[in-house]
Amino acid sequence: MRRLMIAGLVMCAALLWVATSSAPAQQAVAITGAGATFPQPIYTAWAFEYEKLTHVKLNYQGIGSGGGIKQIKESTVDFGASDAPLKAEELNASELVQFPLIMGGVVPVVHVKGITAGQLKLTGPLLADIYMGKVARWNDEAIRKVNPDVNLPDQAITAVYRSDGSGTTWVFTNYLSKVSATWAVKVGVEKSVAWPVGVGGKGNPGVASYVQQVDGSIGYVEYAYAVENKLAHTQMENRAGKFVQPTAEAFTAAAANAAWKNAPGYYMVLTHQPGDGSWPITGASFILVHKNIKGAQTAKAMFKFFDWCYHKGTEAAAKLYYVPIPENVYMMVEETWKSDIRADGMPVWP
Amino acid sequence: MKVKGNIVTSTPKAHSGRRGWADVFFKALTAVSAGVVVLLIVAIFFRLVWDARPSLKEFGLGFLASSEWNQVTSHFGAVSSIFGTCVSTLIAMALAVPLSLIIALLLVELAHPVVSRIVGTSIELLAAIPSIIYGMWGLFVLRPIMQETVEPWLHGRFGWIPGLDLLLPGSGDGLGMLTAGVILALMVLPFITAVSRDSLAMVPPVLKEAAHGMGSTTWEATRKVSLRYCRSGIAGALFLGLGRALGETMAVTFVIGNSNRVSASLFAASNTIASKLANEFTEADEVMHMSSLVELALVLFVITFIFQVLAHLWLGRQARMSGVHA
Repeated sequence: MRRLMIAGLVMCAALLWVATSSAPAQQAVAITGAGATFPQPIYTAWAFEYEKLTHVKLNYQGIGSGGGIKQIKESTVDFGASDAPLKAEELNASELVQFPLIMGGVVPVVHVKGITAGQLKLTGPLLADIYMGKVARWNDEAIRKVNPDVNLPDQAITAVYRSDGSGTTWVFTNYLSKVSATWAVKVGVEKSVAWPVGVGGKGNPGVASYVQQVDGSIGYVEYAYAVENKLAHTQMENRAGKFVQPTAEAFTAAAANAAWKNAPGYYMVLTHQPGDGSWPITGASFILVHKNIKGAQTAKAMFKFFDWCYHKGTEAAAKLYYVPIPENVYMMVEETWKSDIRADGMPVWP
Repeated sequence: MKVKGNIVTSTPKAHSGRRGWADVFFKALTAVSAGVVVLLIVAIFFRLVWDARPSLKEFGLGFLASSEWNQVTSHFGAVSSIFGTCVSTLIAMALAVPLSLIIALLLVELAHPVVSRIVGTSIELLAAIPSIIYGMWGLFVLRPIMQETVEPWLHGRFGWIPGLDLLLPGSGDGLGMLTAGVILALMVLPFITAVSRDSLAMVPPVLKEAAHGMGSTTWEATRKVSLRYCRSGIAGALFLGLGRALGETMAVTFVIGNSNRVSASLFAASNTIASKLANEFTEADEVMHMSSLVELALVLFVITFIFQVLAHLWLGRQARMSGVHA
């Protein structure tokens, strides 16, 4: 018995020695980020491509915008990501810097027998009424009026929303508040609101799977999820009164009018923008970093990555239906890096 | 004898010396282990209270009376979650308990030993399935069945009865209280069945034989002897199932629809304390939201605790009444 125990101890010690001595000598740089699920597909694609080029590893967790803000405040990640921009006061209070990295569109998706992608037309107030339960059946007069040539069934509408706190919800409710006064008063804008009707799915995938599953449902997801899951998106009436399809051009058109220069802390909301071709539910996705970062090596690698995304990431972004940040905006952002951000007391960029 | 006695007693003494040391060590080990459990429970309780302070201060007892859960206005109340937790658990127990007892009786009293072993093992395997699998199965398989078959049938059969028309309104989407209850029933069924079967199997054969000898039918022997003999074992099984149903998270989150509204309808979307925590905990970046979630956890902790205490009191009373010491 005793001999066995001694043998065991020796084995353990040997294993420990082997394990510690064979650890890699050089430390690979790894950047960690967490937050919004809306840009997760493109961040993941970028990270994959960037690691192949530079061997810098980026680990991004799509836990939701609220979680991203919380984690960067607690410094458990190198950067946070949020679709709901923070106000300049809040940024200053937590010593954070915010800048946009990518833009994209939120699209309503429906699951109604006989209705194909891009066929159904919706207006902003109509969408608000559906999510408030005022329009509760697919053959409601209000829906038929804007869709005279679509065969709408006599079926109840199941409104699907995000059950977790989410930047996508923030963009969506922000839009509904702009187009419906009742919505603005009764429900409001938040990453999660008190929904008057409907069912909640967790995350973009949760909403997508509910809409796929439930006959007669309507939901809202980031456009890439709608395409990947082959969900039937709708057309939306924009501020100019034109019905538009969700396309990269329509998202870009919405972003074209944004006056980034006049937005302190890059606080910019792209919903309900003017322009004949603008998609009304467009949003930017933001990165949050500390003003004074600890660990210069990781920080420098991180900003090199962001810079690479601005310059070289556009092709991958277009493939996933995102809209890259225009050059004049990212030049401005890189000036902000230069002037506002320090790592271990030294400028982090360039 | 005396001389020999010296020699004889010396050996046990040496033994008892070593054994004494081992006993002391073992006793200390068990005491520490048991103590850690108690300490953990107390520590969890106080930690929950501590982290819930902002919400406790802001809403007071109103937290337990308000059904509003609104991040925009930062007003939080627990009614919809408590309601959802209790109703879904009630549905689950109403479905699972009779079924479990029938299966347990079949396995112990009626079935051929081979059949009993096969069915028993399958039921134990059911208990080993992770809850996320139940959730996915519930969403992809059970939900369409509920929407297309069960809910219309229930509505058509019983929807006209005054009172029941509120519980079973016309259309549902298969996501809601009833579906969650059915999934929970399936999840607690193996626990209740396995424990009741084990306790039924421990009824001394002589008691059953005596009952049969006095001319009882199998039904009478089962009802008046077996079930009564292992009443406390079965009650233990029920409370095990109840505890699981109250705290189940993932499977419920998949099918309950995650809404903060209170509705009489069994087809309506709802939420439970555990599912709300799963949905919102990672996202809560405001102090009031976070502390309200912690207070919700505290409520679940207290509900579970109350059920345990009631169970003990009830078991004690039963034991005294029947004169059997549980």
